[in-house]
Amino acid sequence: MKIVGKGIAKIDAINIATGKPVYTEDLAFKNALVVKILHSPHAFAKIKSIDTSKAEKLKGVECVLTYKDVPNVRFTLAGQSYPEPSPYDRLILENIVRYVGDEVAIVAAVDEKTAVKAMKLIKVDYELLEPVLDFEQAIGHSSVVHPEADVYCNFDIGMNKDQNIVSSYKLEAGDVEAELSQCDVVVEGTYYTQAQAHAMMETYRAFSYMDHAGRLVLISSTQIPFHVRRKLARSLNMPASKIRVIKPRIGGGFGGKQTVAVEPFVAAVTLKTGKPALLVYDRKETFCSTTSRHAMRLKVRLGADRDGFIRVVDIQGLSDTGAYGEHASTVFSVVGDKTLPLYNKTKAVRFMGDVVYTNKLPAGAFRGYGATQGTFALESTVNQLAGKLNMDPTEIRLKNLIQQGESCLTYKNKVLGSSTLDRCIAKGKELIGWDDKYPRREMGNNKVRAVGMAVTMQGSGIAGIDTASAEVRLNDDGNYTLLVGSTDMGTGSDTILAQMAAEILETELENIIVYAADTDVSPYDPGSYASSTTYVTGMAVVKAAEDLKRQIIEQGARFLETAPVDVEFDGLMLQTSDGSRSMSLEKLAELLVLGMGNKQLVGNATYGSPVSPPPFIAGFAEVEVDKETGKVELIDFVAVVDCGTVINPNLARIQVEGGIVQGIGMALYEEVRYDERGTLQTNSFMQYKIPSRKDVGSIRVAFEESYEPTGPFGAKSVGEVVVNTPPPAIVNAIYQATGVSIESLPATPEKIYMGIRNNNH
Amino acid sequence: MQIDVTINNKQISLTVDFNEFLADSLRKHGFSSVRKGCDTSCCGLCSVWIDGKPTLSCSVLAFRVAGKNITTIEGVETEAEAFAQILAAEGAEQCGFCSPGFIMTVLALKNEIPNPTEEQIIHYLTGNLCRCTGYMGQLRAVKTYLGVNT
Ligand code: FES
Ligand code: FES
Repeated sequence: MKIVGKGIAKIDAINIATGKPVYTEDLAFKNALVVKILHSPHAFAKIKSIDTSKAEKLKGVECVLTYKDVPNVRFTLAGQSYPEPSPYDRLILENIVRYVGDEVAIVAAVDEKTAVKAMKLIKVDYELLEPVLDFEQAIGHSSVVHPEADVYCNFDIGMNKDQNIVSSYKLEAGDVEAELSQCDVVVEGTYYTQAQAHAMMETYRAFSYMDHAGRLVLISSTQIPFHVRRKLARSLNMPASKIRVIKPRIGGGFGGKQTVAVEPFVAAVTLKTGKPALLVYDRKETFCSTTSRHAMRLKVRLGADRDGFIRVVDIQGLSDTGAYGEHASTVFSVVGDKTLPLYNKTKAVRFMGDVVYTNKLPAGAFRGYGATQGTFALESTVNQLAGKLNMDPTEIRLKNLIQQGESCLTYKNKVLGSSTLDRCIAKGKELIGWDDKYPRREMGNNKVRAVGMAVTMQGSGIAGIDTASAEVRLNDDGNYTLLVGSTDMGTGSDTILAQMAAEILETELENIIVYAADTDVSPYDPGSYASSTTYVTGMAVVKAAEDLKRQIIEQGARFLETAPVDVEFDGLMLQTSDGSRSMSLEKLAELLVLGMGNKQLVGNATYGSPVSPPPFIAGFAEVEVDKETGKVELIDFVAVVDCGTVINPNLARIQVEGGIVQGIGMALYEEVRYDERGTLQTNSFMQYKIPSRKDVGSIRVAFEESYEPTGPFGAKSVGEVVVNTPPPAIVNAIYQATGVSIESLPATPEKIYMGIRNNNH
Repeated sequence: MQIDVTINNKQISLTVDFNEFLADSLRKHGFSSVRKGCDTSCCGLCSVWIDGKPTLSCSVLAFRVAGKNITTIEGVETEAEAFAQILAAEGAEQCGFCSPGFIMTVLALKNEIPNPTEEQIIHYLTGNLCRCTGYMGQLRAVKTYLGVNT
């Protein structure tokens, strides 16, 4: 392969790095109205009355919208393919507020100052209700978070609204209790994973205007332009054909921008006033009024025989979706879907539990999407089992892991197409120096160093549901335009898709123009989430490019007056097999758009996969713990990745390093916290600590390539799986160092110090 | 109020409010490379140089820069691009939203500390957060750029 597999720089690298105006806010018209949102100060309240008259009279105020001014159609902000599995439990604005930060009113004014002043002039009279703040107390609480009768579900997700249950789920194979009673060893643990904030550097923002044809245009920092269009159409009660969504460069998403945050508000203003409008959430609003990772409680029981074969995996879960059910049922089911298949020497497995509503910030999609939570609980328990059996954690995994060509209880008829996870473990052991360092070394000074590890899997795209389309056009000058609807959030997906097209068309990367994404122009794509872009959109691109290549040869044959089988195409020239006649691609391109009887060539393809092949990672952490303070220093993290064929090693490496650091944040620092009234305390980077350069030690990444037969050039995904191993691996290393089991994240010095004290007493 | 400043070597008169921050004034006047990622001087995205020193423009009142020399990445295009090439070769700009502030700090580091050690580099750049890259690729790029081997 000439281009696939090369660490080529991103096609848009220099412009985004040097600060060119390419993001949503940069593209907004200078005269755009400034939109501000009045957020609820209460966790749960009914709006008795709302008086906007003073605000409206203020000079420079263009409009003030309340629940009386928006359509009464329930919808979901979750960016999922229609029909979405998330409940339709939202209105753009409602006369009930369900968390501190929920939207109460939309203000638009000629400038920021006026908008802020106007907001202060809105008078709201609330009737306070008793909020549900503890997710373990939500079921059967005297308050019902969603008392309204018109919440609607497209599917039966097990909703029991009156009990504050959004969704119930059960996945089971075999008889868990019976098999457990046969096991020689049973270990169990209850794990808590916290809500985590995406903390992408570009906060949420959208800009809207009416175009020359009276259509609503949205420029938005989103991962899901097509879903945004559909959601706007429903929530604003207007035809989707009247809406165009354009996604420019995006300053990070991590799944946060798979949930709509601000688009309906600017759209409502533009529809009301006919004027361009811009809403930029500041950091505080981004923390307080968008989404986070679902916090969960996961009880795990593992049963094994004396030889260390895991026979039973049982996980009972409870997930906190906050005030709205975005991604509630799907994130939860992924907890089981991505953990139960990992160890397949089992006789019975089960994952079940509930997702509950509370009066807190809604949870939503976040890189890892449930697999992160499940991995922490499962892998921590496996480490515990290894301890109990006196086995090396790497050995117990090698013994139990699903291997290429095997199936598992929950996917009985599906065979794993590719895995090098065993090699990933071997390589990781070597890189971190496991055999010398396991389990611990006293360093003197009350410090101890230890190593720990974990493995994980994710998926690639959503099997049988999400489908992407791609088009490749041969331009009049012999260059190509690749049109896709996926969204590059900085990961470099535009570049790797262009690499794939260039490989098939045997051309250079610079001959491919990539356009993504604009719902008026791009072919349909569900957007970039669920680790789908390389795998699903990638396959669509490969097939579209192949389709175009076939047409080029066909048309070449016509001009060379021979049969297509007699034409050879090397990317530049078309030639008859005997070499007697030839023409350049450029000439062909020119001829195809001139005169009569021609047709500009467009290759297109639509692709959805019946399977979601998992990428794998083995993660190894080395930590140093200060036994006097409980402080943990991460010395080294080694991740060895099987993402199939690596399409672009440099971009893939950065994806892995970035994901690892996000996982380190979850393991050690990050936590969305509330006070007793349900007000978010972690509403700035002062309180909410994401890792800085000094917090991450060294991170080393290696790839053990496999070949996924269903993927483009053998590729699987990489974007999400990378976040999953740091919490269990680091917590395992802390245990090896101190004997303290951290069961609730993050692993703060306080928890470790208290654990050390308790162990000593 | 009106202030006279030099921005990227050009004399400019700016009209600013008494409580306006420099980052906002700069953006308003078309320097779109200046980004904000927080409101609490934590992230470093808004870094520009004031009289050659990297400074958080979100935390400096605009009127205080009267008579001073402001440099944004638009004013050091050649150097910025030279480093951006190295960063891009590593793949170490992801979303790129943090890059202008980061690059301004890297260029300042180059001016300020000859032959820095790895620790000095990390220390100097600690105020520049990045949520995408995990920092390692940025470090590799800075080391290549400055010719640091350790
Ligand atoms: S905007 Fe974050 S430090 Fe200035
Ligand atoms: S590249 Fe996205 S925040 Fe640094």
